[in-house]
Amino acid sequence: MEYFVNEKGYYGDFGGAYIPEMLYPNVEELRQNYMSIINDEGFQEEFKKLLKDYVGRPSPLYLAKRLSSKYHANIFLKREDLNHTGAHKINNTIGQILLAERLGKKRIIAETGAGQHGVATATVCALRGLECVIYMGEIDIERQAPNVARMKMLGATVVPATSGSKTLKDATNEAMRDWVNNPVDTHYIIGSVVGPHPYPDMVALFQSIISEETKKQLIEQTGRDQPDYVLACVGGGSNAMGMFYHFINDAAVKLIAVEAAGKGVSSGYTAATTALGKEGVLHGSRSILMQTEDGQVVEPFSVSAGLDYPGIGPQHAHLFKTTRAQYVSITDEEALNAGLLCTQLEGIIPAIESAHAIAQLEKMEFKAGENVVVCLSGRGDKDMETYMKYFGL
Amino acid sequence: MNRINQLFQNKNKNILSIYYTAGYPNLDDTLTIARALEEAGADMLEIGFPYSDPVADGPVIQASSKQALDNGMDLKLLFEQLKDLRKYVNIPVLLMGYVNPLLQYGVENFCKACAEVGVDGLIVPDLPMVEYEEFYKDTFQQYGISNVFLITPQTAVERIHKIVELTNGFIYMVSSSATTGKNLSLSQVTEDYFSRVAALELKNPTMIGFGISDQPSFEKACQYASGAIIGTAFVKALQSDKLEESIQGFMIGFSK
Repeated sequence: MEYFVNEKGYYGDFGGAYIPEMLYPNVEELRQNYMSIINDEGFQEEFKKLLKDYVGRPSPLYLAKRLSSKYHANIFLKREDLNHTGAHKINNTIGQILLAERLGKKRIIAETGAGQHGVATATVCALRGLECVIYMGEIDIERQAPNVARMKMLGATVVPATSGSKTLKDATNEAMRDWVNNPVDTHYIIGSVVGPHPYPDMVALFQSIISEETKKQLIEQTGRDQPDYVLACVGGGSNAMGMFYHFINDAAVKLIAVEAAGKGVSSGYTAATTALGKEGVLHGSRSILMQTEDGQVVEPFSVSAGLDYPGIGPQHAHLFKTTRAQYVSITDEEALNAGLLCTQLEGIIPAIESAHAIAQLEKMEFKAGENVVVCLSGRGDKDMETYMKYFGL
Repeated sequence: MNRINQLFQNKNKNILSIYYTAGYPNLDDTLTIARALEEAGADMLEIGFPYSDPVADGPVIQASSKQALDNGMDLKLLFEQLKDLRKYVNIPVLLMGYVNPLLQYGVENFCKACAEVGVDGLIVPDLPMVEYEEFYKDTFQQYGISNVFLITPQTAVERIHKIVELTNGFIYMVSSSATTGKNLSLSQVTEDYFSRVAALELKNPTMIGFGISDQPSFEKACQYASGAIIGTAFVKALQSDKLEESIQGFMIGFSK
């Protein structure tokens, strides 16, 4: 079974580039150039150097002892929360800004949900001196005020998306409209493994550093590079794809993707895409999305802004359909409680997104000695207000 | 020969095509607007079927789509409303919308329904040429539905020729790289692009859209193409309480 993109831009039935003609030249320019740019030695050298000296990679793979004894397995946390800007998102923005420079682009746009990708984008724009415009849903702007302030301090213009549910999906629409209107000098840094080909592949490549490091670290710590389970949360799915990437072709490694159930899969307030979605086209690729009979995109819901998205990336849709990865979901409440648990057992306050992956441990049965890697995709500083409200802190 | 080809055969200059969103301003206005537009002198109609995430559209058409969806518009209802289209309307009618609702309805069912009610063509901005050719072209042709492709100032000449090979419909020239509803800027760049395409002497007629809002911009566009398409300006002019008057009032501004 082929799990990676083919020459036509598809993962099995999913992927492609469903974009209006106005975007064709931009996307085509990327498609023709991204592999040769990324494979260029000079690019790799600069990329790896920035990841090391600026982002602080490799991020630790930490054997969480007290979580391990609670769940009777070796629970390893891949500490993407320790990256500069506090999440995995920066791996991708560093890669894309270097790529944008090589394409001669002068202006960067991006969408953001929780604000992590917006901050990561504004950060690399400050680093390289490029103009930066971030689209963010009006509701997310309210619930992620500290990240909005960070982006502004970094010199970005933050534009509220006021249509639809006023969250990530609508911010993505606005960013795409901006790109339609500014086709020549602008690069759109998509923050997840979504969008028209080659974005899902490109973002997965930049995030694949997560599993590349994990394999090496597992050898050092366990003597083999094969964990029994790998878990990660999925909104669009970029940290999960980075965490899965180098394990996908190793059938012995069980991959578990955790979606946000919101108030419950059947509650009408959910972002559990694979549980409720059907095949269709959203934001430029054929994938699985939550939609009505008539093909209108359904407004998602999750306490976590980063998972509040009605679709998943096309490669995830393919891993789901082929059952290579298992897709499960965790409610707001379960995630928040897992966030508290991780904090009190390990002294790590996780982002609520990442807490979804941790919450899944509770639902699994492990055999003694099994090695389990959980991607701790981001830190919880941005979520303190939500935690405070929920736990009455 | 379908009505689109007939129109361009009978008239190759100053063709005025009007876009509006089905189900806006009121759910049941679809056919009323079509009839009023034909009476007021429109040569062709583009009826938008609404979508929740219209990325190629500016604020006015976005808002009309949202209102239409809130009013309860969907494709099933639209085809129901268009059942008697050809009793009242003789000019060519195209449907315009995004690919996802079309896929959910089923491309074959959709083309069949179009043929049954007398819709002549389709404009689906986010349906890529490659996918159209590989999966859908035969179905469109089987039901006699013209698929209309967009080109922009950035579309390469080889790609334009490829589009011409793929469709018997007109070529929709997007006036500039922009979402709908921006004013046409008559810059040198725009005119160069119009002239460049005109000089290709394509076998398919061309229509210019995006940014055409009034008689002067319409006339300008008609110098370079068979006609022009007006969407945003018309949608903005529609008044739900004085629907037919607002349509007549808008159309009176255009002498062809």
